[in-house]
Amino acid sequence: MPLFEAVRLALHALWTQKLKSFFSLVGVLIGVTFLIAVVSIVQGMNVYMTDQFTRLVGMNSFQVRRFPGIQTGNVSEEQWREWRRRPLITEADAAYLMAGMRTPVLTSRNCQGRTVVRLGGKEAPDIGVTAADASIFRIKNYDIVNGRAFSAQEVRVGAHVVVIGDLVAERLFEGVDPLGRSVTMQGIPYRVVGVVDKQGTMLGMSLDKFAIVPFTTHAQRWTCPHNGIRQLEVQAADVITMRAAIDEAETLLRARRQLGPTEENNFDFQTADAALEGWNKIATILFAALPGLVAISLVVGGIVIMNIMLMAVAERTKEIGIRKALGAKRRDIMAQFVVEAATLATVGAIFGVVLGIALAFVVKRYTPLPAAVAPWSIGLGVFLGVAVGMTAGILPASRASKLDPIEALRAE
Amino acid sequence: MTEAVIQMREMVREYQMGTELVQALRGVSLEIRRNEYVAIMGPSGSGKSTLMNLIGCLDTPNAGEYWLNDQEVSRMSDDALARIRNREIGFVFQTFNLLPRATALQNVELPLVYAGMNAGDRTERAVSALARVGLGNRMDHRPNEMSGGQRQRVAIARALVNAPSILLADEPTGNPDSVTSAEIMRVFGKLHAEGQTVILVTHEPDIAQHAARTIVLRDGQVASDSANPCSVAA
Repeated sequence: MPLFEAVRLALHALWTQKLKSFFSLVGVLIGVTFLIAVVSIVQGMNVYMTDQFTRLVGMNSFQVRRFPGIQTGNVSEEQWREWRRRPLITEADAAYLMAGMRTPVLTSRNCQGRTVVRLGGKEAPDIGVTAADASIFRIKNYDIVNGRAFSAQEVRVGAHVVVIGDLVAERLFEGVDPLGRSVTMQGIPYRVVGVVDKQGTMLGMSLDKFAIVPFTTHAQRWTCPHNGIRQLEVQAADVITMRAAIDEAETLLRARRQLGPTEENNFDFQTADAALEGWNKIATILFAALPGLVAISLVVGGIVIMNIMLMAVAERTKEIGIRKALGAKRRDIMAQFVVEAATLATVGAIFGVVLGIALAFVVKRYTPLPAAVAPWSIGLGVFLGVAVGMTAGILPASRASKLDPIEALRAE
Repeated sequence: MTEAVIQMREMVREYQMGTELVQALRGVSLEIRRNEYVAIMGPSGSGKSTLMNLIGCLDTPNAGEYWLNDQEVSRMSDDALARIRNREIGFVFQTFNLLPRATALQNVELPLVYAGMNAGDRTERAVSALARVGLGNRMDHRPNEMSGGQRQRVAIARALVNAPSILLADEPTGNPDSVTSAEIMRVFGKLHAEGQTVILVTHEPDIAQHAARTIVLRDGQVASDSANPCSVAA
């Protein structure tokens, strides 16, 4: 019997018993829904994280640090102790690198802290304050929408000026032009010279709660560790130049710290790749757990379909007898029931795909989590549906195909 | 006209019923020629259903030979028998045995589906088979929308659609009223006149007398085999 015929027959049988069919489909439906939804969310996170990290960190920039700022997974006690023993990145280290690197790069010393920014009676709490060099704005891709960035000259003389993020401007200067006004941080006044373009949010957190001041201001005292800096920001023109710059910086710093050939680096380079690694680990765990969850629903779905098909074979014994009498071979009967089971499961899988996509959109719409439907997951979902249906159909179909035609014709 | 369609030699069929061995057929030999019109009669328990199942290739004998159109079907595998049923046998069952959810046309097409014919040819053949039994205007009706006589004619059309060697009817008038039964028998008479080999299995003498030859079974053996003097078809 041609496949098309068998599928049409199966769909017809499905349609005439909608409620029963629905219940038999539910297992596969849930499994595939789950698959699509989780993959979509993880995939969405992937795209989102990659975009955000490249925007925030930049694929062509890196940071020279004492130890990684973003730890992934569990850091052993021993590792921690090794990190704590490392010398700080000092201003002298930074100066040495800035002067010594031949690869064309932009550099900025960088220290960060959190504090309250005050203006008269108003205050903006928990603002991330960065003390840095003038090139930080280019490294971070910050566009100034109002006013200007501070200059290298201002950094050199330690001018107490500040460039604020959009949210800080909104909190303190509602409807008022902030330029030229003074805000207070840790008791010291800073004159606002610029406001950075709105950055938006990442995973529901605002990226506009920041202020940037010259490295040489009072803020250095409470943002930098004693006698050191948090990190040296380095940006190259492109990824290849950045790799070269990392190599060069490594050579310079090893030489300056007089590390022998067998000694490990006692400093660290952080790139967007390294930062993304953390997310990748989470994604890996989610993807590892997913097959289990999907498998359980599919196995249950398969058993339900097998049961339904066994019932169908019992109910339709007479039909099988008629078909055999008219010349259906074993494999014709086998094919009929396997195709019917597969069709049942595939319909379930298709509804699952639709529901999964819908669920992904709901998540995207109502939670900070992003979602992007992965085409391969749709293909996989439908494929799994067909596979589960066929597998579940084999036993009932084989039972049907072995029925004795005389006995089967006698059935009522 | 003289060519044998069916040749049976010493056919034995036994069943194990619990601990008892039931001998349904104990050595039946017979020959049926092309375009014969034969009635097989006998009381219940005489083995006529068993013989019908064997003639229809739904079953195989424990001993003896069965040659159908020069092929020995008594030793065939299940799938080979399915192919023979599909090509050589047209069944008309007592209870019609139509698929309830399929239309008349789809029911008639079914043997052609298993013969592997493409959809276009299938429909053409099925339409002409339905026209032959006078149901050209009921093709899209389902069995429950038709009378008993009409259903039986759909079943006959289905039996004929593959141009089988034998039309094998099991109590074809078992259910319908006498008017319908006359109608059905007219169809068989017409088909026989057109050259079809027809075998009726029945317990009703007035149905059997439509045939040209009557074979009576008793206790699993042929009790009599005679030409029917007052046959309508003779």
